Order: sequence, then C-alpha cells, then structure tokens
Amino acid sequence: MNDDKPAGEEAGISTAAMDIIVALVILATGVLVVVDSYRLGASWGDDGPQSGYFPFYIGLLLSVSSLATLAQVAFGEWKRREEFKGAVAGQRDQFVAWSQLKLVLSVLVPATVYVLLVRLFGFYLASALYITLFMVWLGKYSWTKSVATGLGVSVSLFLLFEVWFKVPLFKGEYDLLSWLGY
Amino acid sequence: MTEISALFNGFAVVLSPFNMLLMLIGIVLGVIIGVLPGLGGANGVAILLPLTFTMPPTSAIIMLSCIYWGALFGGAITSVLFNIPGEPWSVATTFDGYPMAQQGRAGEALTASFTSSFIGALFAVIMITFLAPLVAKFALKFGPPEFFSVYLLTFCSFIGMGKGSPWKTLVSMLLGFAFAAVGMDNITGRLRLTFGFPELMRGVDFLIAVIGLFGIGEILLSMEEGLSFTGKSAKIDPKIVLQTWKKLPGYWMTSLRSCLIGCWMGITPGGATPASFMSYGVAKKMSKNGDKFGTGQIEGVIAPETAAHAAGTSALLPMLALGIPGSPTAAVLLGGLLIWGLQPGPLLFVEQKDFVWGLIASMYLGNLAGLIIVLTCVPLFAAILRVPFSIIAPVIIVICAIGAYTVHGAMLDVWFMLAFGVIGYVFKKLDYPLAPLVLALVLGDRAEDSFRQSMLISQGDVSVFFSNALVGGITGLALVMLFWPLLSIILKRLRGQ
Repeated sequence: MNDDKPAGEEAGISTAAMDIIVALVILATGVLVVVDSYRLGASWGDDGPQSGYFPFYIGLLLSVSSLATLAQVAFGEWKRREEFKGAVAGQRDQFVAWSQLKLVLSVLVPATVYVLLVRLFGFYLASALYITLFMVWLGKYSWTKSVATGLGVSVSLFLLFEVWFKVPLFKGEYDLLSWLGY
Repeated sequence: MTEISALFNGFAVVLSPFNMLLMLIGIVLGVIIGVLPGLGGANGVAILLPLTFTMPPTSAIIMLSCIYWGALFGGAITSVLFNIPGEPWSVATTFDGYPMAQQGRAGEALTASFTSSFIGALFAVIMITFLAPLVAKFALKFGPPEFFSVYLLTFCSFIGMGKGSPWKTLVSMLLGFAFAAVGMDNITGRLRLTFGFPELMRGVDFLIAVIGLFGIGEILLSMEEGLSFTGKSAKIDPKIVLQTWKKLPGYWMTSLRSCLIGCWMGITPGGATPASFMSYGVAKKMSKNGDKFGTGQIEGVIAPETAAHAAGTSALLPMLALGIPGSPTAAVLLGGLLIWGLQPGPLLFVEQKDFVWGLIASMYLGNLAGLIIVLTCVPLFAAILRVPFSIIAPVIIVICAIGAYTVHGAMLDVWFMLAFGVIGYVFKKLDYPLAPLVLALVLGDRAEDSFRQSMLISQGDVSVFFSNALVGGITGLALVMLFWPLLSIILKRLRGQ
C-alpha cells in the first residue's frame, strides 16, 4: 500500500485505498438491507406496501451509489497512474500517516476499554479511573494531579446526575459504590 | 398584526425569573461548548437534552436553544484568538479574524464578529416571526403526498447544493435512512434489520449518532494533529467596542448581503457552514478591498459571521412550521419536541401557542443576552482553551458516553456512540458529508410513513406526487435539485461549444 510513496513523506494509508474499503463496507451494508427487506416482503401486500417496501429501495440505491463511488475512485486512481507512468511516483493523497493513526488509536483504544469498564463497574468509578490514567499516560502528568482531576470530575458528575437532576446513571454489573445508597 | 401580539405574549412567557435563569445558563454552557473542541452545537444540545426531560417544554426549549446561540458565539472566539475554528461554521472567520488578532486587533475582530452574529440572528428571527406563521398556515392544507414531496426536496437539496461528490452525499443520506429503518415498523409492527437481536428493537437513535459523529469523531480528528494551542490573548475594553461599532454601519451592504445568503441557506437545508463560506466568497468578490482579504480585513469577519448566525437561526423556521429541520442542531431540537410529547409541524402554531412564541421571543432575548455575555467575558472563555488537551479529551469522552447512555438508559447505545465516532472520523476525512446522514436518520421514519400513506391513497400509483400543481411543483423542484450535478455539467458543455 505504501510502496510508491514519495521520498521524504511518512508512510501511511492512501486516501484511495481507504475510499475503496469504505465503499465496499457500504456496499455490503446495502446488500444486507436489501436481503433483509426482501425477507420481510418488499412488494404490495393485502393492506398496502409491506414492511420491506421502503427499505428495499433504500438498500438498492445504497448499493448502487457505493458502486458509483467505487467506480469514481478507481477511475481517478487509474488516471493518476496513467499520468505518472514512467515517473518514480506521483504525489498521492494520504488518508492517515502511521504516526497519526497511532495517536488516534491511543485515544480510541482506551475509550473502548473505558466503555468496557463502565459495563463492569458503572460510570463513576470507570470515569475517574479513565481520566486519571489518560492524564498519566498520554499527558505525562503527576499522579497527584491526575487522581485529583479524575476524582473531581467523577464527584461533580455524581452530584449533578444522582443528587441534583435525579437522573440515575449505569452502576455496572459489580456496583462497588452501592454503600452510597444511590 | 396578530404576530406582534402573539410575540408579546411570548415575551411574557420568557420573562419569568426561572426562564431568564435558564436562558443565562444556556448561553454560558453554549459558549463553553462552542469553545471546546469535540463539543459543538448539535452534540452539546444532544448531551444536555436528557437533563431537560423533567422541565416544562417551554423552559426546556428556551435553555436548549440558548445553548445553540451560545455555541454560535463561542465558535468565533477560538477562530479569532487561536486560529482554531471551534465549530465548522467559523472556519471562514479564521481567514481574516486571526490575522487581525496577530496585528493586535483581536478586540476589534471579536467585537465585529459578535455584533455581526447578533445582527444576522436578529434579521433571521424577524423573518421567522412574520414568515413562520404564514408557512405553517399554508402547510395545514398539506396531505401525505405534499409532505413527502417536501421531504424529497429537503434531501434532494443536499445533493444539488453539496460541494463534494454527489454520490457520497447520497451514500451518507441513504445510510441514515437505513439506520432509521432498524427496529419496529410503525405501521405493521414487524421487526426490521434487527437480525434476531432483541436489543436492536429500539432502533438507532439519532441523538446517539449525533454525539458519536460530531463528538467522538471530532476528538479523534483533533488528536491526529497532536494539538498544542498557542493563542493570542484578548481583552475587550468598552472603548474598542464603541470604536468598532462606529465603523460597522459603513459595511451595511456586506451585512445585508450576508443576512440574505444566511437566511436562504438556513431555510433550505444548506446550513451555517456553507453559508459562511459562500458569504465570505461573495464579500471578497464584491468588496473594493477584495484582494486584501485574508490579511485582516474587518469585512472578512463580518461576512461569514453574519451569514452563519442568520443560517443557524433561520434553520429553525422549517423545523417549527413544517417539522422539517434545516440543520443537525435543529434536528436535535426537533427530537426534543418529540420527547416532551409535542408533535412538530404546522399544528404547533395552533395548539401550542405559548411554546412557539415563547421560543421565538427567547431568540430575541437570548441573542441579546449572548452578545452582552460574550463581549464582557471573553478572557474567561479563552482561558478554557488553555486547559491542555490531554485533560479535556478524556473528560469530553466521558461526557459524551454519559450523554449517550442517558438518552434511553441503555449501555448498547454507548457502544453505538463509539462506532459512530469511528464512522464520523473516517467520513470526515473522506469528504462524506455528515449532515444528510443525521437528517435522514431523524426524518427517515416520517418520510417513510408519508410515502406509504401516499401510496395507500393512490393505490401504489407514483403519479400521486404530480397530482396537483402544488405537490407537482415541489416534486419537480426536488428532481431538478437531484439531477443538478448532472444538469450543470450538461449546461457547461453546451456553453463551451
């Protein structure tokens, strides 16, 4: 994927490659919608249009437009290759450089772990833990500062939701804060 | 002049101490949301929506719409001082706003942008006051085919007026419709696209999509740039404000033009972002100093800010009068109406007079209060941006997760939010527009209902959408919009020959 990168630029995923992947995923979604709508009945029943009537055409159009996008990208890429035939490499648009992707994942992966922690221990504990660790690992803050911020945010959220607005938040499968009585 | 007396009744509703307090809280929260990266008008309102479930609807909408005004104001602060647009619609403001700040004219730039925002909003609110009741009265005569044709026009406008690839706009919109179809079918009660998972029966709520697409997606995008904020400091003293105000009337033509562009783009679902760019472009073309744009021209701040605010405000007109939102934020407010048990659409003006006119009156007062608050508290709000990103990012993710959870009290929604975050990040980088997805998700069910009702009336004959002059006209206009990308290519070819 990155074999013909211009010298001096960082390696990464090209926009064309990403465009193709996304168009394929959308195509699959479109086909899925069509198939499920067909199962429900996509024609005219005794009492008017059936459940699958509208989504069937949505799915069909979705597949067609993703194919069109695919064709557009492929055509653009083909033209680019024609133009740079013989030349070492053409300037190509980059979707994301590996170093940038690493930064993005450094937010996304902990966020996923955070949601998992919420599932287990509820919002308040998980949030305090998440903010603290995020600050220590990515922000290089001292433990005292990080713990104080994490706890501070969690306590304010607790007061805001449970005490003042009386909107209960998820307490997790193992509710370690049940002794608070909320 | 029934509108005027109705408006005064509205003022009476708003001027209760409780509603005034909510208005101030809304504005301050809104500016904070506008300043923070990753929180914007649409997802800020979506996150705070659950807090208003227990309030009376009128108070709730006053607070939420004020959050929206605040966010519109807040975007300008970061654009001028930090060269970081806090909101997409303030990108055009950075072109001339930041150079002005670099020359030490930050106070002037901020005053100009806040004041033009106010003027743009005021223009749009006056238009709403007189136009919305008329449109609503007219729309009372609409049947299902007419409503479907208006939906069609809304969606086709996205394709006709979008900047990027029309196919990508179409994909984004259809994805929204597909997500909207998940869950129980309103008419037959059958389950669609749930693939045997009972938890999917509830469907995909668009509020979750808004929080994920705009909130998490934005954080991921900002992270990529490895943010470090370096900003200009600004204090606005009254002398500068007065000096700038003296200069502003000289640019009345630019303001008026921007107001009109903004209102047009707001009512048709173009939205605030394209409005601000278009207005900047037009001002550059028409101005005597056009070639100096980008070096710190005050007109370059006035034009995009006026248009963005006018568009953001007038996007509420179709939401109130027809039940069709003109922007993602208006869509979130519409979602609020449904949750508070109000039926959006033309009947609102007949059955919920207090609510509608209270909202319109709060637009006048909210914008005035907003102007005063931002002019006096700029240094305070700018200080928020100096909080390092590695503290703000996790806190915003926590807030988004809680916001997503509280909509239905379901953990599955939080996972959806993360997924939408990734979709938002990828789509933004590949130039898939997000607004059509959100609007299709909101309107999907109702567009489908009106389509199926029309089909029932006509016994499956599609010509019902051309059965009279009104519906035929709207459908025809929609089709022109739909094929506009194609038509414009053909027209260009013809002219070239």
